[in-house]
Amino acid sequence: MDAKPTLTLDGNTFSFDPGETILEVARRNAIDIPTLCHLKRATPTGACRICVVEVEGARTLLASCATPAADKMVVHTESKKVVQARRAILQLMLSSGNHNCAVRGADDQDWTAFQLKVQQEDRATALCPVWGDCKLQDLAYRYQVSGERFPAEASRYPTETVNPFIVRDFSRCILCGRCVQACNDVQVNHAINFGYRGSETKIVASGDRLLKDSNCVFCGECVQACPVGALVEKDVRYHHRPWEMRKVRTTCTYCGVGCQLYLHVKENRVVKITGVQDVPPNHGSLCVKGRFGFDFIASEDRLKKPLIKENGAFREATWEEALGRIAENLKEIQTRHGADSIGVLTSARITNEENYVAQKFTRAVLKTNNIDHCARL
Amino acid sequence: MTNTIGDIEDADVILVTGSNTTENHPVLSTFVKRAVKFKGARLILVDPRKIGMAEFAHVWLRQNLGTDVAWLNGMMHVILKEGLYNKSFVEERTKGFEELKKTVEQYPPERVEAISGIPAEDLKEAARLYATAKKASILYCMGITQHITGTDNVKSLANLAMLCGHLGREGTGVNPLRGQNNVQGACDMGGLPNVYTGYQPVADLAVAKKMETAWGVTGLSTRPGLTVTQMMPAAHEGKLKALYIIGENPLVSDPDLNHLKKCLEQLEFLVVQDLFLTETARLAHVVLPSCCFAEKEGTFTNTERRVQRVRKAVDPPGEAKDDWRILCDLATRMGYAMTYGSPQEIMEEIARVTPSYGGITYDRIDDVGLHWPCPNPEHPGTPILHREQFTSGRGKFHAIDYLPPAEAADAEYPLYLTTGRVLYHYHTGTMTMRSKGLNERIPGCFVEIAPEDAEKYGVQDGDAVKIRSRRGQIQAAVKVSPKAVVGTIFIPFHFAQAAANTLTHAALDPVSKIPEFKVCAVRLERAA
Ligand code: SF4
Ligand code: SF4
Repeated sequence: MDAKPTLTLDGNTFSFDPGETILEVARRNAIDIPTLCHLKRATPTGACRICVVEVEGARTLLASCATPAADKMVVHTESKKVVQARRAILQLMLSSGNHNCAVRGADDQDWTAFQLKVQQEDRATALCPVWGDCKLQDLAYRYQVSGERFPAEASRYPTETVNPFIVRDFSRCILCGRCVQACNDVQVNHAINFGYRGSETKIVASGDRLLKDSNCVFCGECVQACPVGALVEKDVRYHHRPWEMRKVRTTCTYCGVGCQLYLHVKENRVVKITGVQDVPPNHGSLCVKGRFGFDFIASEDRLKKPLIKENGAFREATWEEALGRIAENLKEIQTRHGADSIGVLTSARITNEENYVAQKFTRAVLKTNNIDHCARL
Repeated sequence: MTNTIGDIEDADVILVTGSNTTENHPVLSTFVKRAVKFKGARLILVDPRKIGMAEFAHVWLRQNLGTDVAWLNGMMHVILKEGLYNKSFVEERTKGFEELKKTVEQYPPERVEAISGIPAEDLKEAARLYATAKKASILYCMGITQHITGTDNVKSLANLAMLCGHLGREGTGVNPLRGQNNVQGACDMGGLPNVYTGYQPVADLAVAKKMETAWGVTGLSTRPGLTVTQMMPAAHEGKLKALYIIGENPLVSDPDLNHLKKCLEQLEFLVVQDLFLTETARLAHVVLPSCCFAEKEGTFTNTERRVQRVRKAVDPPGEAKDDWRILCDLATRMGYAMTYGSPQEIMEEIARVTPSYGGITYDRIDDVGLHWPCPNPEHPGTPILHREQFTSGRGKFHAIDYLPPAEAADAEYPLYLTTGRVLYHYHTGTMTMRSKGLNERIPGCFVEIAPEDAEKYGVQDGDAVKIRSRRGQIQAAVKVSPKAVVGTIFIPFHFAQAAANTLTHAALDPVSKIPEFKVCAVRLERAA
């Protein structure tokens, strides 16, 4: 059997399977090459160039996400040249948008002007809505880059807020294209793409329409993919910060796909939902119901106490009284009309354990097989 | 599903029928779309509406409502006639081939065209595509099952898959998509009148004995009970006196609502346990507040038979309780002590009495769920069914003849109505209609109508119209849409204020007892 080909990463030799990229080999071996535009389940584009590495013998730095590993290749993932290149890219990104988080740095007049401009554009007094939850910020910190003192120009494209779910803040967009890939390559919804050219480049929806008037189905895949604060859930933006929320993993309550999701909880309230990456069945994807349809949980209309109907109207009751009433009536009907005069409709919405208990109750206590649910409907 | 969701991306040909996948199973639809866009799979879509999937389809067959057996027989006719069937699979793994052959011989594409409206040439093309694929997967949903011939339709799909040997391998299968998060689990857990957990028949004395021992009771009934669609008439006739409804809202979801309401009003005693005071709960004598998914621990089983964890994130409002706790308290009060400490304990009991869940434990499914059958703690689960053989040995072909739907359009009710869901709402809307954003996208009921029909009736987008059937009438706003096909209108059933099920027909499939939601005859007129 032929030996597998090998390459050297930062002085260590690793084998790889033909077709693997440098990035893949590195990730498999816990070597951390930073990425921004790279999106799992989509074809690498090498657009942001943050993942560049130095390959001996190559004339330029190469994007590791798009360069296949080759036998005997010698790669440096964090050389002086590489670090310099990454710093330059980050600097450019940071200085060309409303990146008003702590890494912007510079304690002088420029910052004041910049901050005031952002606050005005955003109608908010807090720092960037995703600070603390931003890949650009992480990398700026890692490479100790702060935004250069560029004059604070008004942003080219105004922020779009006119749909119920997603705020599109073009001023913070770094044009990495992850959202475009999320929409076209992962969800295949064909709602957004790159539009215009050069410094006018913008992510546009169906020929630069409002998201709500485009093909967008509000799955939110793009929001989950956005590494910065350009795409944020409307109800989360400037309301909830990651450190205020606790994440609980669970299964979606809507359709039978059973998407795995995280409920983000703040003060006993679900305030945001995201898909769980890298696990089946959904590998991080969700639909509009799963991601945005959670208001019902904390709805004021939720039933909070048992109700008993008297003279045609409901009144609140204690559990003791309500269950007592049910037990009494069921027993009486059972005795008078026989076990099969009672039926139970269990639910396609409750858990397996609860369905089990429901059928056990029906069969062992009510002594009938009159149990069904709405699977047929 | 016989196969997994991930598996769909491996198929060369995907046949989608009776499933508006992009709206009803959005994330699953991404697997189909990616297969087509990036992996060279071919998509055959058979649907009466030009749904979102049509954009990705290589062949879109538009059948007349309720003619599924006919086009499926027609496809098999072509496959047999052209010798494209999988002879070794048929010989080694099936029975009943001769009978099937005799029946499908009666369905040449020209006859099928007359019944179904599908052009003979298109049908042939679809048949060849499906039969000659290396791996072909069938996905179907309520558009197949909600007919008086629903069971026949499903069997016909199975016939087609067996005929071509597209079963038991990656990228193949006959895959029903479950509409509600835990329909699969509710069935697996014995929430059905004829079976205990894991489909163990109630009529089987040995099973009853086993359950009696496990539960410490005597006298378990071996007589199968009533289905939901039989309980309602039984209530009307006064045979069913009490009904206990958990988390369902039949007063929006069931057919022929006017009649249904009368049935429920006949009951001596009605208990409803739910999150909200639903249309159904309003009729109850006692209403109990229960917890929603974010407030409890447990498991759901998805459409690919994967058992997955549900975890508590927030406390329930007020005095709302877990459904299982309520039922245990009630059982205990009625003289049979049910005292579980936690859902995990219940799952341990489920595993003990259910062969297909025997190996499911919370520890094993903590990160990634397992597919049943999973008979013991070492078993890795079963992502693909029928690999070596069918559960019952050989797979049986069912020779099935086409039967027309229960109601046909006529001079008085000249339009066909079909019902379904939309992307932004779910079932009877008790959950989704409490989301401002979702309501903003789809604020109310609408009737989707083809541009030609709109012209004929002189109506435009947004006009209020009355839709009338033999059973009732509703009012809704017109939505002229290229999705609709001339002569057939579509109304989503989510909306209680304009409940499409006021119009639908309660005729049932004789075996599954599923109502024919997908076909009825209606008339449309401008609202005054
Ligand atoms: S929400 Fe979904 S459909 Fe809309 S732009 Fe984002 S990825 Fe595309
Ligand atoms: S997120 Fe959407 S596709 Fe996934 S389970 Fe929920 S409703 Fe279904």
